[in-house]
Parts: sequence; C-alpha cells; structure tokens
Amino acid sequence: MDRTWHKPLPAADLLLRGGRVVDPRSGIDAVQDVLVKRGRIAETGAAITAPKGAREVDVTGMLVLPGFVDLHAHLRAPGREDEEDVASGTLAAAAGGYVRVFAMANTDPAIDTAAGLRGMADVARAEAVVPLGFYGAVTRGLKGEQLTEMAELAEAGAVAFSDDGRPLATAVLVRRALQYAKITGRVVAVHGQDDSLFAGGQMHEGPVSARLGLAGIPSLCESLDVARALDMAAYEAAPLHVHHVSAAASLEALSRAKSTGLKVTAEATPHHLTMTDEAVVSLDSNVKMNPPLREEDDRQALVKALKSGLVDCVATDHAPHAPMSKDVPFEEAAFGTTGLETAFAVLYTDLVKRRALDLGTLVTRMSQAPAAIAGGEPPAIRPGALADLCVVDPRATWTVTVEGFKSKSANSAFLGRRLTGRVKLTVAAGRVAWEDDA
Amino acid sequence: MAKRDLISIEDLSREQVELLLDTAESFLPVLQRDIKKVPTLRGRTIVNLFWEASTRTSSSFDLAAKRLSADTIALKASGSAVEKGETLKDTAITLSAYGPDIIVMRHPSAGACQVLSANTEASVINAGDGKHQHPTQCLLDLFALRQTFGRDLGGMKVAIVGDILHSRVARSDIMGFQLLGMDVTLVGPPTLIPRGIDQMGVRVEHDIARLRDADVIYLLRIQKERISEGANFLPSLREYSRLYGMTRARLRPGQRVMHPGPINRGVEIGPDIADDDENLIALQVFSGLAVRMAILYRTVVGYSDAGSEEVL
Ligand SMILES: [Zn+2]
Ligand SMILES: [Zn+2]
Repeated sequence: MDRTWHKPLPAADLLLRGGRVVDPRSGIDAVQDVLVKRGRIAETGAAITAPKGAREVDVTGMLVLPGFVDLHAHLRAPGREDEEDVASGTLAAAAGGYVRVFAMANTDPAIDTAAGLRGMADVARAEAVVPLGFYGAVTRGLKGEQLTEMAELAEAGAVAFSDDGRPLATAVLVRRALQYAKITGRVVAVHGQDDSLFAGGQMHEGPVSARLGLAGIPSLCESLDVARALDMAAYEAAPLHVHHVSAAASLEALSRAKSTGLKVTAEATPHHLTMTDEAVVSLDSNVKMNPPLREEDDRQALVKALKSGLVDCVATDHAPHAPMSKDVPFEEAAFGTTGLETAFAVLYTDLVKRRALDLGTLVTRMSQAPAAIAGGEPPAIRPGALADLCVVDPRATWTVTVEGFKSKSANSAFLGRRLTGRVKLTVAAGRVAWEDDA
Repeated sequence: MAKRDLISIEDLSREQVELLLDTAESFLPVLQRDIKKVPTLRGRTIVNLFWEASTRTSSSFDLAAKRLSADTIALKASGSAVEKGETLKDTAITLSAYGPDIIVMRHPSAGACQVLSANTEASVINAGDGKHQHPTQCLLDLFALRQTFGRDLGGMKVAIVGDILHSRVARSDIMGFQLLGMDVTLVGPPTLIPRGIDQMGVRVEHDIARLRDADVIYLLRIQKERISEGANFLPSLREYSRLYGMTRARLRPGQRVMHPGPINRGVEIGPDIADDDENLIALQVFSGLAVRMAILYRTVVGYSDAGSEEVL
C-alpha cells in the first residue's frame, strides 16, 4: 500500500559515467557507470555504452549515492503555505539529495483524519517532486486529549504517528497510542519534552544560558520524557521512534532500552550533530530550536551514537518559518531551522571531512536506515532497483545564503557557513527531481 | 559617525571602561555649575526607545542627552506603534528616517538590540534587554564604587544578593566588577541562582551569614511575580525577607549597601538601611547622569584618549 505520493514526472533514461558509487548496504564503494532505463537501474559496471535515447552525464570525481530519506520535515501545508508548501518543500528536499520525505502532522489543520491525509496525498500527487508521505497525529488537533482514528489514518497511508511540535503530555496518552499501534502496525514517534521543566525555556540550560540570562531548558526535560516513553514501549512491547535526540542523558536511556531488545529507533538532526549552545551567544534567532542546541559533550555523544547505530538515522526537523517569526528578538522568535538543503553538506563538512564519521556510515544513516524505519524499500544502487539516488560533488564548496534556497523560508542555522559537498543531481522514484545548473 | 553599539558590558575592554569612568568624572563639574549644559553633542540626535516602563533609566538618559545639547526624541510603549503591532524591525526602519546618531533602547526581550542594530545605522545603547544585560547600570555602579573607594577597585569583594536568575543587572555587574579586578560572590535561594553561573568565576552561597568578608553588599529587587502561582521560585516574600533581607543587624560595620532601585522596602532591604546615609543608593542614581553623559559622548566621538580635553 502506498505511503508516499508524488507528481508523475517522465521516467529517467540516464547513463551516469565514471562516478564513485558508494552503497554500503550492497557493500559497493567503486568507480562504476550507472545506467538508468525508464526509471530503473538497468546496469552498473565499467564502460557501459549508452543506449539510444539515454542522456549521458559525466560524473567523474563525483559520488553516486543512494538517495536520502527524511523522516522528519515540517512542510507547513496545509495552512502556512507562505512558509513552505508541498512543491517548494519537496524541491528543497530534492536539492538536498533527498528522494523521500515524511511530513509532520502539526499543520493547520493538523493531519488528524483519514480524509485530511487523503487530501494531502492528492496535493502530493499534483505537486511533490520527490515521493512524500505523511505522519498522522496521535491526538486530535495535537491537543493531547483525544486519540485520532489511527486505524483509519493508517489505512489512508499514514507512515507513522506523531504529535511532534508537542510532547505526549501524560503517561496514559503514550500508553494508549502504543496500544493502538498494535492495530495499525505503525510506529509511534515522540518529541521528548517534559512541559513542566520546559516552562518558557529559550535555550539549553547550562553555563551559556546562565551567562546570557535566557530561561534554560535542562537536558532532563528531554531525557525524563524519553525514558518514560521507552519504559512504556517496553511495557506494551510496542515499537517506538524517538525524534531529534539532543541530550547525552537520552542516549543512555535509549541504550538501555535497545539492549533489552526493544524495537526502538531514534533520529538526530544535522544541527545537534554539529553545533552547540555556544552558538546562541550571538542571539541570532536562527539558532533557536527545540530541542535546543546542547553542550559539546552532548554533541560528541550524539556523533558517537550515530556512528555506532544507537541513533539509527539523521532527520532534518526542517522547520521553515516566515521572517515575521524570526526577524524578531531571540526571546520572541519561533523555534526551528530549515535543514533539507544543507543536511548532507553540513555533515560531510563537519563530520566526514574531519574524520568523525566515515562516508559509508553517513550514507546509511541518511538513506537506508531511515527508509527501513518508514517501512519502505531502502534506496539501493543495484540492477533492478527503482532509481533513488543522488550525485554529489565532494569537492564543490559553497556558502549558505538566504538567496540560495529552494525552500520558501531561509531561517537556516547554517547561514554564512562555507560548506563542502554539493548535490548536483537527484533521481527520486526513477524521475529526475533536481539538477544543479551552477 | 562610526557605529559603536553598547549591548553587553563584554563589548568594552578594561581600558574602555576606565576611560568611560574618567570621562564621567570630567563631567562632574558641569553638573555642579549654574547652567548645567555643554554644547558637546549639539546637532546630534538621540532617540530614547523604551518598550518597558522605566522612569529612572529613561529620564536619566534623557537628561544626560540634554546636558550635552543633543536633540532628543522619546518613544514609550504606551500609545506608540508598539501597541499597534508594529515590529521592532519596522520601528527601527521608521526611526532611521530621522537619521539618529544614537538609539537608546530598553526592551523586554534578549536579542532586541541585535535586531535593532541590524536595521539601523545608529549606534545602539542597551538600556536593559530582558534578563540579558544592563551595561549602563553596571558602569554607573562602577562609577559610584570609584567615587566611594577610590580609583583602584582591584581586590575588592562584592556580594550580589537576591534574584540572580532574572537579573540583567547581576549579569552585567558580575562581568564589569570582574573586569576591574573585583571578587564576586552570589547569594540567594537555589531557585534563583542559575545553574552553571559558577563558570563565570563567581562563588555561590545560599546563606547570608557568609558575607562577612564582603566590602559591598549589592541587593537586587525581588519581583512579586516570583511568588505567583506556578512560578514557585519563592514560597513568600515574608520568608525571603527573613532569610535574605538585609538589615542593620546583618551588616558588619563598614560594609556598604548598593541597590539598582527601585527598592522593595521591607523585602530585600530593611528600612533601617534604606534610610541611613551610609548606603550608596543615592550616589548610584547621581552617578547615572554623569556616566550616561560619558557613554553618549564616547559613543559619538569614540574611545581614543584624544579629544577628552575638548569635552568641556
Ligand atoms: Zn519535535
Ligand atoms: Zn519537528
């Protein structure tokens, strides 16, 4: 059954000539040609001759990777199409090398009914340049009170359930959602946050918040809630996915849960993997996000966990905001940063090039691992597979600028950063979704 | 005129702080004259933009600007664009039409000065932003200390008592006091001491009896909302006053008391201390004028020593 939808673009006929194919799942890291015929990978190997009608693209010196999958994007449709919509959000995804994206349900109205989800599936069929799927809300209107009709939402194609943007405020709500997951067969995902500890928080609580006089959000605000959800998942023997882990203490809870064989997965964002609360000293509202940037110890623990697989995947938590929400004093600004267009380059520049993570692991965590959590066919570069791939120039350097985004919003925590690694071409579900003309 | 923002006390070096204090001292004779006005900033435009009520700070800046013969525009939250939904960015752009040299701003949110500065050519002086910084209060406190204890404040011990968590004054003072070589101890209930503040190089105490070695006791105002339901920072002002209120009996002879004002008589400060003339509170208010004149002047002419003679 469909869990993603996209616009019918013409199937690609392409010969990618001379690139370095890195597909960790198939154990490939070699210079190979890749032939895509009618949207499927027809052949990989040396010196393939381009059949008639296939466009030959010289990708010598470039990386040919399984396309990325984002389990966590806020595409703002319906309701805030001024900030992002399905067309702009999926184009931003394609420009970042993503071939599959899953949008959160905290829209206006929320995706909390099967009819609402089917409506968005129709929008995706008309506008999405890469396959797009949707979370269903756990509670109606994300109010944390009444459960949504999760079985019907699952029938309509909800990939998983999440009230992201809001925590599941009571233990019994977590419990009911996990119990219901046994009917739907879909994962429940949580945004770990104890609201009583959050209480007006602005940034991570620690020496930097003390110095700046900004209300602190302690690591415990996340880890207590994550630990509670994990305990409940164990009690109900139900699968659980943890959104945007930011604190080392949450990783400890996660590690305990995984060691008991619990079916639990977790994601981390590019910003939490590469930035710390020191960035907030600038009082630049673009580095205000929830969960907040934490301390260097947390960041290092997160990188280690991504490497080991304790954190299964990278997710962007792409959160576009209108200038009205960000062009204001830090304390009044909305939480969130965009991420789809910078994710790979940020992680390649800050982790792979600095040898904190190898390229193959990064590719697994951005592509095949999240695809598996979403329950879809993981992108693979092997004959017979649907072409879900991206071509990256690993030597291209570029500066993140407001003008450079395909997203409708430019609230990036990485503005001004000089990055290495540029996505040149994205083929999603066999269609060319993005080609860099620069 | 070059843009010289004063948003945090960290924007200044020790030399710049000392120059500012010297400049303030050089203005003292002006304030004792019959006609308390110099033409120094004639033709300059200074905007006072107060998004939070503060009679003291705004009138102190206003008078400082007038003493220097600058043209002033005052905008207060009530009745202005602020309540009509105009954003700070819009206000900054609108004000820029007057071509101001300096905008002095108080705002309830940290980060407001950065937004203002990004949208104006004027130099921005922070007159208090959220719980972040209040650098001009720190400078006037330093000035009052110098007037009382002499030019070298190095090695002096100051205890700041009260609601450190919500105090922009505390944060600026910690930095400014340390910049001039003073030793800072923070005292208050654990609910009002921010976690991690010890990394600023301060000592933290919860018992007011442990302040005997302090030369100066700096009291912070306790806001009533700290006891409001749901906040739970304090069970009652009565108990706070019993535990941390400064009274004559708790002072060691020779210890001097400061307070940024306005005071909560009977809460953080006993009437016996509030009313005696040993405290430095009136001197702080007086210092505010000379120091703010110095800040406005230095913001216009810069921090190089040359030019300080032509002040008067
Ligand atoms: Zn979230
Ligand atoms: Zn999110």
